[in-house]
Amino acid sequence: MTAESGSGERSTTPDGVDLRTDAGLLVAPVYTSSDLGGGLDALEARLGVPGEPPFTRGPYPSMYRGKLWTMRQFAGFGSPEDANARFRFLLERGQTALSVAFDLPTQLGYDSSHSVARPEVGRVGVAIDTAEDMVDLFRGLELKEISVNLTINATAPIILATYLVAAERQGADHASLTGTLQNDIIKEFLARKTFIFPPQPSIRLAADVIEFCAHHLPRFNPISVTGYHAREAGCDAVHELALTMASAITYADALVARGVEFDTFAPRLSFHFATTLDLFEEVAKLRAARRLWYSIATERFGAKDERSGRLRFFSGNSGTTLTAQQPLNNIIRSTLQCLGAVLGGAQSIHVMGYDEAFEIPSEEAVTLSLRTQQIIAYESGVTRTTDPLGGSFFVESLTDELEARARAVLAEIDREGGVVPALERGIPQRWIAESAYRAEREIASGHRKKVGVNLYADAEETTERSSVFALDQGIVDRQIARTASRVASRDRVANGKALRALERATRAGENVMPPLIDAARAGSTLGEMSDVFRELFGEFREPDPW
Amino acid sequence: MRPPRVVLAKPGLDGHDRGIKVIAMALRDAGAEVIYLGLRRTAAEIVQAAVDDDADVIGVSVLSGAHRPLVQQLLDERTSRGVGELPVVVGGTIPTQDAAELRQLGVAAVVPVGTDLDDAVSIILGVAGERRR
Repeated sequence: MTAESGSGERSTTPDGVDLRTDAGLLVAPVYTSSDLGGGLDALEARLGVPGEPPFTRGPYPSMYRGKLWTMRQFAGFGSPEDANARFRFLLERGQTALSVAFDLPTQLGYDSSHSVARPEVGRVGVAIDTAEDMVDLFRGLELKEISVNLTINATAPIILATYLVAAERQGADHASLTGTLQNDIIKEFLARKTFIFPPQPSIRLAADVIEFCAHHLPRFNPISVTGYHAREAGCDAVHELALTMASAITYADALVARGVEFDTFAPRLSFHFATTLDLFEEVAKLRAARRLWYSIATERFGAKDERSGRLRFFSGNSGTTLTAQQPLNNIIRSTLQCLGAVLGGAQSIHVMGYDEAFEIPSEEAVTLSLRTQQIIAYESGVTRTTDPLGGSFFVESLTDELEARARAVLAEIDREGGVVPALERGIPQRWIAESAYRAEREIASGHRKKVGVNLYADAEETTERSSVFALDQGIVDRQIARTASRVASRDRVANGKALRALERATRAGENVMPPLIDAARAGSTLGEMSDVFRELFGEFREPDPW
Repeated sequence: MRPPRVVLAKPGLDGHDRGIKVIAMALRDAGAEVIYLGLRRTAAEIVQAAVDDDADVIGVSVLSGAHRPLVQQLLDERTSRGVGELPVVVGGTIPTQDAAELRQLGVAAVVPVGTDLDDAVSIILGVAGERRR
């Protein structure tokens, strides 16, 4: 078995290659059948066959022979028209689905005209103020046909409502829509940090969405439970697994507590992991994730529908492994990460742009990211068989070890009363920050090798970069003016009535989705709808980080 | 002489706090007193904290691309509070041309992504030291 090293054991090769994985497991010189706990028969029971419990080898029987993963580059900036143009650019180059980035004011429930919004409008994503912006965002793109990922959390119910209105305008039934709403607020508190309301009402909103979608959007994933951001913020693969599972348990508990049968919503839960450069550990992590979730679904929640324990995931690769120095090296890093996601059995993948360490990816960079996926899919041959690393003594041993360690961390989180009480005390945030610091220290000391940074660095290279991405400054004024004119022309009485109905339903503990959709139809702005929740729920302030 | 005192904060709406927390921990290990104000701090809150705590330097980190307007707000606040000499260091995803512009506006130093951790610490402490001299 993979073992912790004693103090006397050597952990680097003479060439300086670290013998520990990213999560700190010391790797042995060679693996044999004796590294498989319980021998071959026990291994086969832990694996099952692809498409069958416990899904270690993949969620579907034929995997990529049946259907390649969805190639989904995260994109969006500026106005709805700017983002629409980037979407078309990607689709024309063979991208198979869309993934929308929203700007920070949209993520935090501020209209573009709000004083704190102004510096941030359209910067890290597209600005959405009303359902009309959503109509413009998808103009000419058939929502009946295209799977769309909406990366939105604190304001997820509001954005979903505006999205449904845009679909209605195109004549698409809600039930026909495919795609994913990120809607994972727990990881916002843990790592991504675009929370608005305190944890309890935030989880209630997320659960409202999941419950609503279970009844009305049968083909849509109402949440993407995410370990990716905690990993990017600094934690290792073990904590990434444990935090993801602890989050999924929290949402499932919330739904079960309100009387929703686990099997009615669990088959549509989806997941999101990072894939970093530690190739075999990452593949093992993704395989362990599937086995862990199956065990949680059946043992904790008594799932009877097999699909409830079938984990499907999106890989966002890893931006923090990329470097500002020698940026072209990032193409190679991203290729390895994409390969890891494929060998781990991903359902959809985003590949980072090589310039992403320092700017919004250029058209050239996003094209290369897409080409990376296409080359792996069509040229490398790795898609010819399912779970090609299954049965590898090393990968199976790593899978078992990561699963066991993640279970131990999960038990620690359970002892804190679950992930929410733990994060309210700042515990997982400290795990994340401390391991981020350790990693940076190791890079600074040269122990953790980064080519182009602490190894084979260019003496002349500076860390300064020129940016080719320049946001058109006029976009802010145009967006504000456009929303103002839409607000001026809407039916004021109908809008007021819709917002009051939202307020009443929220207060009464009813599902917020139906009144939100009515408000979005009536032309309510994102800020107005968010303010209803702000007034009732208040805002969350982070615990002190140390 | 008391140790150098650094007020760190994330202005604007950006939540990327991995970098600033790493810098905070590294500054502490280097012997500085660090007051980290956390996320979504207004210019007024940041300058107020720096004045109240008699800070030697303010450090802000922005990874959303909104560094120019946010830093301008901070510098304006500094001037209007009559503490124009209080140095400001900016970290984050700052392109070269913007770094030069920020320095022209009155930022003491820019520490873009990719800066070596120990270099970042010595730049910030160097700026704090100038002020204390």
